[in-house]
Amino acid sequence: MAEPMKIRAQMQGDTADIKVLMNHIMETGLRKDAKTGQMIPAHFIQQVNVTVGGKTVLDAQWGYAVAKNPFLGFKVKGAKAGEKIVVNWVDNKGDKRTDEATIA
Amino acid sequence: MKQDRRTFLKGAGAAGAVALAVAAGLLKPGQVLAADWNKNAFEAKSVADALKDINASGPAKSADILIKSPDIAENGAVVPVEVTSKIPGTTDIAIISEQNVNPLIAEFALANGAEGFVSTRIKMAKTSNVTVIVKAGGKVYTASKEVKVTIGGCGG
Repeated sequence: MAEPMKIRAQMQGDTADIKVLMNHIMETGLRKDAKTGQMIPAHFIQQVNVTVGGKTVLDAQWGYAVAKNPFLGFKVKGAKAGEKIVVNWVDNKGDKRTDEATIA
Repeated sequence: MKQDRRTFLKGAGAAGAVALAVAAGLLKPGQVLAADWNKNAFEAKSVADALKDINASGPAKSADILIKSPDIAENGAVVPVEVTSKIPGTTDIAIISEQNVNPLIAEFALANGAEGFVSTRIKMAKTSNVTVIVKAGGKVYTASKEVKVTIGGCGG
């Protein structure tokens, strides 16, 4: 099971500024292990879904080249303080993680 | 055991690719939110193929897409990219690094008040254009910015 995400969400006027920091190795599958000379298998987040107040606001598909421990920042107009944010991700090995936060 | 797994994956890959291609063609923009992972697009080796697979061929250049990223990235493994689309009704933002083995890096579908803004960090193999594709109101727009990379982020 992966480490929890860090989620921060703050209202700026009528827009929620949401920042998510995920913990993931994000292996591209293109690197060689320095010791064994074998290719390191790809292991990366493929899909990210974010809901605010129960509605999907962002649905991302990621490829091999999102950086390690991915950062995701976005803005949602019309969100309100106190609404719940739920972030889900699924990686190529089927690992999942869901974390929640409240808009401040 | 290992051998079995490999055979299985090979078979699944070939069948899956066809199913995905069909699905990609049939999906309407609004349904993208529930789509399967777009394997074809992310494994495409050229920008043109990737664009075809995300239904974004022939994008028009737009000055309303702002890309904020360093001019010189010392470490290609972590290149911050911030995209702002001022085009009204932006529903999709895709990020492409033209010289990567698989150029398409990420595609974001936005809905229910999410603004045309995405900030993330990507890996770049070498100096290249970072290209952003924006879908808005059924049309496709693009903008690019060159990022110089001194140490590659993909491969050895």
